[in-house]
Amino acid sequence: MYLDHAATTPMLPEAARVLAEQLVRTGNPSSLHASGRAARRVVEEAREGLAAALGARPSEVLWTSGGTEADNLAIKGMFWSRRNQDGRRRRLLVSAVEHHAVLDPAFWMAEHAGAELVLLPVDADGIVEVDALHDELERNGDQVALVSVMWANNEVGTLQPLDDVVTLARRYGIPVHADAVQAVGQVPVDFGASGLDAMTVSGHKVGGPGGAGALLARRGLDLTPVLHGGGQERGVRSGTLDAALLASFATAVEQAVAGREGFAAWVGALRDSLVAGVQDVVPDAVLRGPQDTARRLPANAHFTFPGCEGDSLLYLLDSAGIEASTGSACQAGVPRPSHVLLAMGVDELAARGALRFSLGHPSTAADVDALLAALPGVVDRARAAGLATVGSVT
Amino acid sequence: MRVLAALSGGVDSAVAAARAVDAGHDVVGVHMALSRTRDQFRTGSRGCCSIEDAGDARRAADVLGIPYYVWDLSERFEETVVADFVAEYEAGRTPNPCVRCNEHIKFATLLDKAVALGFDAVCTGHYARIETRADGTRELHRARDLAKDQSYVLAVMGPERLARSMFPLGDVASKEETRAEAAARGLSVSAKPDSYDICFVADGDTQGFLRSRLGSQPGEIVDGSGAVLGQHDGAYAFTVGQRKGLSIGRPAPDGKPRYVLSVEPVNNRVVVGSAAELAVQTVAADRAVWFADADGSFACSLQVRAHGEAVPAHATVRDGLVEIVLDTPGALRGVAPGQSAVLYDGTRVLGQATVTAAKRATTGAAR
Repeated sequence: MYLDHAATTPMLPEAARVLAEQLVRTGNPSSLHASGRAARRVVEEAREGLAAALGARPSEVLWTSGGTEADNLAIKGMFWSRRNQDGRRRRLLVSAVEHHAVLDPAFWMAEHAGAELVLLPVDADGIVEVDALHDELERNGDQVALVSVMWANNEVGTLQPLDDVVTLARRYGIPVHADAVQAVGQVPVDFGASGLDAMTVSGHKVGGPGGAGALLARRGLDLTPVLHGGGQERGVRSGTLDAALLASFATAVEQAVAGREGFAAWVGALRDSLVAGVQDVVPDAVLRGPQDTARRLPANAHFTFPGCEGDSLLYLLDSAGIEASTGSACQAGVPRPSHVLLAMGVDELAARGALRFSLGHPSTAADVDALLAALPGVVDRARAAGLATVGSVT
Repeated sequence: MRVLAALSGGVDSAVAAARAVDAGHDVVGVHMALSRTRDQFRTGSRGCCSIEDAGDARRAADVLGIPYYVWDLSERFEETVVADFVAEYEAGRTPNPCVRCNEHIKFATLLDKAVALGFDAVCTGHYARIETRADGTRELHRARDLAKDQSYVLAVMGPERLARSMFPLGDVASKEETRAEAAARGLSVSAKPDSYDICFVADGDTQGFLRSRLGSQPGEIVDGSGAVLGQHDGAYAFTVGQRKGLSIGRPAPDGKPRYVLSVEPVNNRVVVGSAAELAVQTVAADRAVWFADADGSFACSLQVRAHGEAVPAHATVRDGLVEIVLDTPGALRGVAPGQSAVLYDGTRVLGQATVTAAKRATTGAAR
């Protein structure tokens, strides 16, 4: 029973078919001969398809190796360009609940590139405090390089008030980036209408292949390259393009967006039954993120289980055939208390008992039933193990 | 049985886990993360604390086809092993962190958590044998390969924990056999170097590590009469029997090398003397753990270092305290408070206690 679709989700059949079909082709999209032109055509059709699905222009699509690279390009590329234009603009504003693909480049820029990192606080639901952004812009607006706030949080599923963020930042002439990796295919995502300057999308989270992603960058947005080389992608992101991968990626995004409304409705209902079921069988489980389901991703449920260690829960569920996640990033597989939960004001002990259940297009009611059947025993046992470190064996 | 195989990322634990799988057990691999600030790669010969080691452990689990988890025991490790290590040196004693780790982490925190999660036993790559007597009780014995024998550092676990332990490498003829088996099984760690150093001392520089924790504490180096022979930068950096690093300008009157005889944390002094003064006749120890009933006096052999020799002795147990008299005075030299004293009957471990004092073989005063 796979309940970890937010980590990665099976490829959509059509995306897999396109990938297989294109893999046997020869041709570097940058070559001028016939094979190159044919490959180029595949890449450009993919670009047009992906742009259309996400409300962007084709020229705004910069292919990358995935979400992490797109986030790095956005944070580093936007920061360097802005600071080069105006040396005072060194403040880098990111929400405290960003994915590590945004947070870590931001910390790196603070350590190595003279950035002044400002973490925007969130409330108990994980929603960015727009008032704090307002205060920061009021005080230091002329020193801000960029703002990065994710569209939806990967752990607790919180949807961020991007309209408010963009409106505010626009008033101060500050560009905004959003990591929309988790949002595409679950909630409406229209890059043009959003007013964003840059947005990250990823292939394997929406039923496409791994190793493919894109940064949508508004025309006219100045981006300093991070990868230098052959000058592909407007000279901003060098590297030979993989036509097959990109065609498959675009197909997945197109399909996920086309089917989004129906998917969100049924997966949201399934998620609601999962949440109600968990609260029924483990009454003291705490749903993290917004209780109002309209303010969270429809496929996401996230709980903390008091007195339990996340790694115990994971092991016990895994041995019961149920695959879930603690939701937070690991260092060499070591679960750490989630920075997202800590930023939401959850104490470290409670944060250790976190589990994320995320649904996807193959999910069924049977998956949820299996989880609910196994969970009470798993939680009891994990609770006993959670206390084991202070007791002794006899 | 449901068996938790502790996987360090080294060759021994990987082969031990493989043998547990072969024996038909339901095996799950667990790598213990013992430090939160982990290096990318191992430096020198240290093991089990780098991201590379965690990756090697994961790869071994993949090859064996068993699940793999990382458990973060770093806080507990810091509290019970690292802090104890520093505090013991600061108190003028000589700790063995591997013994403390087996006592508090591997066969305590890890084992307790495993049992609570439904496991029957913990399997490690230690070289030691477990023998089960006719009445079902289990005995801890030296490994078949005496050169690799690790029963000394395991003796602290006691019988209850031994009952839930599994050491599949106890009857291996040699480390080479383990490596050959790893290679035959396709385990990529087969040629990985052994680890000897203290895993949490990054570069093997124990004195530097202690200095970073305890700071500079200058004091005097004196001889048995109290005459000041030199200065030191922290008595904690010295251990009984140590010869190097004394930086004494004047040679001894007899021209022979000087050794640390004792470390006196209260007045921050290091007392030095001749090799002859290190000879030990009697060892006193407390915090005893026994594998069988131990009372009164009995013959045994005594080992005080992980790779040291066991010497014939007679032990007397009274009110939880152990006094061990060597059959041959001076058979052991330079025994320090804090060391682990393990008593054997042949290859069988009788018990373990922590040295509180050692009396000299000569008629000199007790230290």
